[in-house]
Amino acid sequence: MWAISAINLKKTYGKEATVAVDDISFEVAKGELFGLIGPDGAGKTSIFRMLTTLLLPDGGNATVLGLDVVTDYKTIRKKVGYMPGKFSLYPDLTVLENLNFFATVFGTTVDENYDLIRDIYVQLEPFKDRRAGKLSGGMKQKLALCCALIHKPDVLFLDEPTTGVDPVSRKEFWQMLKRLKDQGITILVSTPYMDEASMCDRIALIQEGKILSINTPQAITAAFPSPIYAVKANNMFGLIQALQQQKEVSACYTFGEFAHVIYKEFPLSEIDMKNYLNENNLELQFYSSIEATIEDCFIRFLK
Amino acid sequence: MKQFMSFVRKEFFHVLRDRKTLFILFGMPVVQILIFGFALTNEVKNSRILIVDQAHDESSKQLIREIEASQYFETENIVADFNQVEKVFKEGKIRVALVIPANFREDLLQNNAASLQLINDASDPNTATTLTNYISSIVLDFQMRNFPGGPKPIQIIPQLRMLYNPQLKGAPNFVPGVMAMVLMLICVMMTAVSIVREKETGTMEVLLVSPFKPLMVIISKAFPYLILSLINVTSILLLSVFVLDLPITGNILLLYAVSTLFIITCLSIGILISVRTDSQQVAMLISLMGMLLPALLFSGFMFPIENMPFPLQIISNIIPAKWYYIMVKAIMIKGLGFSAIWKEASILVAITLVILGISIKNFKIRLA
Repeated sequence: MWAISAINLKKTYGKEATVAVDDISFEVAKGELFGLIGPDGAGKTSIFRMLTTLLLPDGGNATVLGLDVVTDYKTIRKKVGYMPGKFSLYPDLTVLENLNFFATVFGTTVDENYDLIRDIYVQLEPFKDRRAGKLSGGMKQKLALCCALIHKPDVLFLDEPTTGVDPVSRKEFWQMLKRLKDQGITILVSTPYMDEASMCDRIALIQEGKILSINTPQAITAAFPSPIYAVKANNMFGLIQALQQQKEVSACYTFGEFAHVIYKEFPLSEIDMKNYLNENNLELQFYSSIEATIEDCFIRFLK
Repeated sequence: MKQFMSFVRKEFFHVLRDRKTLFILFGMPVVQILIFGFALTNEVKNSRILIVDQAHDESSKQLIREIEASQYFETENIVADFNQVEKVFKEGKIRVALVIPANFREDLLQNNAASLQLINDASDPNTATTLTNYISSIVLDFQMRNFPGGPKPIQIIPQLRMLYNPQLKGAPNFVPGVMAMVLMLICVMMTAVSIVREKETGTMEVLLVSPFKPLMVIISKAFPYLILSLINVTSILLLSVFVLDLPITGNILLLYAVSTLFIITCLSIGILISVRTDSQQVAMLISLMGMLLPALLFSGFMFPIENMPFPLQIISNIIPAKWYYIMVKAIMIKGLGFSAIWKEASILVAITLVILGISIKNFKIRLA
C-alpha cells in the first residue's frame, strides 16, 4: 500500500476555471522522502491542500494511508502532520506555549513524543520563553516542524518549509528531514529550490499544474540527453548573445556566474570555443563539461 | 475537555498580551459609562441667564433669589436696562433672559396679576422649551408660596408623578444602552476578528488538519469572550451603582441571565460574520457598520422607536439589541420580574437559534 497516492488529481479555481492542478498522478511509498519541485504558482500548495483534506479535488481521487481524502477526512486529520507554506503558529505565544498548545490539540503531551522532536527542540530550547513572532526565519520553521511532529504523525506534509530561510538553516532543516525519514515517517515536501531536490528519495518536477517527470534525482539528471558545458567569459551578456548565434548550440542560459551551454550533438572543443569567442571580442575564462543539475533538467522540460 | 481548556487558555493569552485589545475590552465600557454619565447628558443644567430687573422691589429680589438657588440656572448678570438683552445674547453669553417689569410687586398685590417676559435662544428648540418649563415652575412655585390668597380663576393643576425615575435622571436611560452597545462591540467584533485572524495567519489551516473538531474550534474561540463580557457587565453595573447612583431595582440574577442570553446572541452573530469573511478588516467593517450602527439606531436607546416610520419599526424587531435594551430597562430600572420580559426573552432566543443555525450550516470544515 502506498502512503500517498494521487490519481488524475485536478483542481480549478474561480468562475474562469483557472487550472491549478491538471491531472496529476503520483505515489509515495511508506518511509519515502518525496519532493514536489517547481516554481511558485506550479500548483504545489493546491496539491498539499487536497491531500491534507483542506480542499476538495475537482477531479480524480487521492488516498493518504489508504484513506480517501474526501470521505475519510476525519481519520486522515488525526494521522498526518501538516506544515503550511506560510508561518502559521501564534506569534504572540512563546515557543513552549505553541508547542504545548498543539500537543494538547492533538491529544498528546510534549513529554510523550519528546524523542521525536528532541534533535530539533534542543536548538529551540534556549528561546523557549521567547514569543514565536520574534524568532528568526529558520527558528520559526524549526518550531513549526516541531509542532507538526508533536503527535508522531505517520505522514508529514511540508509545504515549502525552507522558503525564506538562510542557506545554513536550510541545510540543517534537510538533515532533520533525513533523520525523521530514518524513523519511518513518510514525508512529502515541496520546494522551489532546485538544489534541494537531490536531498529527496524521489522527486516530481511540476510546472503549471502538470508533472514533467517523476524519478529519483539521480535518474532525472542522468537522463539528460545532450552534452552540457559550463562557460565563463569576461562579459556574460555578450557571451549569451554570441552563444545563441552558434549553430551547434541548442540552448544557453546564465547559471550563477557561469553560462550553461547545451549542444545539439557535438560539443565545441575548448580551442574552438576560445576562437569563436575571440571573433566576438570575448575572452574565454572557463570551459568544462559538467553533469546536468535538476535545474538544467527542469529548464529542458520547459522547452 | 483538556483540549478545550488548553484552547481557552491560549485565547486568554492572546487577549491579555495585546495591549490594544485589552484596552478596548476593559477601558471602553468604563470610558463610555463615564462619558455618557457626565458629558453627554441631555439634562439642562447651569444655563446662563440674564435678568433685567426693572422693578427693584422686594418681590423681584425674592424671585431672583429663587432662580439663582436652582441648579438649572446660573445668573450672568442682573441689569436694569432692557437694551442689554440683545447685546448679551449676541455675545453668546446667555441662553435665556428674564425681564421683570417695573411695579412688579404692586401689580401682584393690587391687580392679582403681573407679567414677566422670557426671552429664549430658540436656535436649540429643545433646550429652549426645557428652560421655559423650568422658569415656569419656579415662577409658579414663587406665586403659590408668596401670594396664596386672592380670587383665582378655576384651575386644573395636573399632579405629575414620574414613575421609576422620579428625578428624571439621564442614567437610567443610557446605562442599559451602553451595556447593549459594549456587549455588541466586544462579542460581535472581537469574536469575528479573532476567528478570522486565525484564517488570515494560516493557523486555521493547521487546526483543521488536527483531530480537534472544527466546530469545537469555533466554540472554544467564542467561550473566552463570554467570560470577558460577563466581567464587563459586572464593571458597568458597579460603575452605574457606585458612580452614577443608579441602583439595580430588579433581580440581579435575572439581569445576568438576560445578559448571558444577549452575549450568546452576539457571539453567534460574530461567528456568522467570521465564517462568511476571510479578512480581519472586512470582519471589522461588517461588525461596525452592519451590526453596531443598527444596534445604536434601532435599539430605542438614542432614538425612540415609536417615532420612526412604520417600515423602520418593523426592521427594529430583528435587532437583538432592542430586545435586550427593553429587558435591561425592565429589570434594572422598573424592577420587574421574568413574567414581564418572557416575551422579549423568547424573541431573543429565537433570533439566537436562527443565527446559530445559519452559521453552523455555513461553517466550512475545509478551506473553500
